[in-house]
Amino acid sequence: MNNWANFWAMGGYAEYVWSAYAITFAVLLGCILIPIWRHRALRRELRKRHRKEIR
Amino acid sequence: MAWKWFHRLGSPPYFYRFAGVLAPWTGWICVGLLAAGLYGGLVQAPPDYQQGDSYRIIFVHVPSAWMSLFVYMVMAGAAAVSLVWRMKLADAVVASAAPIGAAFTFIALITGSIWGKPMWGTWWVWDARLTSELVLLFLYLGLIALRNAIEDPRSAAKACAILATVGVVNIPIIHFSVEWWNTLHQGPTITKLGAPSIHTSMLIPLLIMALAFKLYFVTALLIGVRGEILARERSSTWVNELSEHT
Repeated sequence: MNNWANFWAMGGYAEYVWSAYAITFAVLLGCILIPIWRHRALRRELRKRHRKEIR
Repeated sequence: MAWKWFHRLGSPPYFYRFAGVLAPWTGWICVGLLAAGLYGGLVQAPPDYQQGDSYRIIFVHVPSAWMSLFVYMVMAGAAAVSLVWRMKLADAVVASAAPIGAAFTFIALITGSIWGKPMWGTWWVWDARLTSELVLLFLYLGLIALRNAIEDPRSAAKACAILATVGVVNIPIIHFSVEWWNTLHQGPTITKLGAPSIHTSMLIPLLIMALAFKLYFVTALLIGVRGEILARERSSTWVNELSEHT
C-alpha cells in the first residue's frame, strides 16, 4: 500500500506530473472522439436523406 | 504493382474503406504501446538524480514536441501534392492534420510549462525554443481558421496549401533553436551526435511513447481523412450506395 502512496506522490511533484499526464490524455482522447462522433452523425444524416429519396 | 495500389489509394471510396479497416488496428496497437510506455516511464524508470520524479513529464512532453514537428512535415508534404496535382485526398490530409498538429503542439507547450515551473521556477520564458513552438501553434490554428473562413473548397484548399508550405521555414528554427541561441530550454537529449545523454531505463519508455504517439497520429489522421472524404463526397454515387447498404 505504501508503494501505491509513493507512486501517486511522485516524489513531491504529484500535481505537476499528474496534471501534465491528465491534460495530455484528455486532449488526445478528444481529438479521436470528436471526429468519430461527427462521422457517425454524418452517416446517420446521409442514411436519412437516402431513405427520403427512395420513397 | 505497388504504384498501382498507391494510385487506387488516392481514390476517395477506396481510401474510405481502407482507412475504416486500418484505423482500429493502428488504434489498438497504439493503446498497447501506451500501456507499455507508461508502465516503463512511470513505474519502472528510476527517479532522475537531479530532477527527482518531475522529469517523468518527459515521456509525454518530448514525444508530443517531436510529433508537433512531424505532423507539420506530413501536412506540408500533402500541401505540396495538393498544390501541384490538385489531388482531393491530399487536401483532405492537410485539413485533418492541422487539428492533430495543433493538439500535439498545445500538449508540448502545456506540459513543458508544467515541467518548467518546478525546474526553472517559471511557467514561461520568451526564449527561442518556446517562442518558435508557440508560432507553430498559431500556424496550425491559422490554417484551421483560414479553411473555415473561405467558402469555396477549391480556393480554401489552395490558400491552406500555400500557407502550410510557406510555414515550413519555422520547422528548422524550432529544431535548431536550442543550438543557435542560448536558452533556458535544455539541449537535445536523444538526437545529439554520439551517445544520447539519457539512461537506457528512461530511453526505452521514451522511444515506446514516441512510437505510440506516432501510431496515434496515423489513427487520428485515418479517422479524420475518412470523415473529410465522406463530407466532401456526400452527393456522389458511392456515398449513396454506402447509405443504402448500411
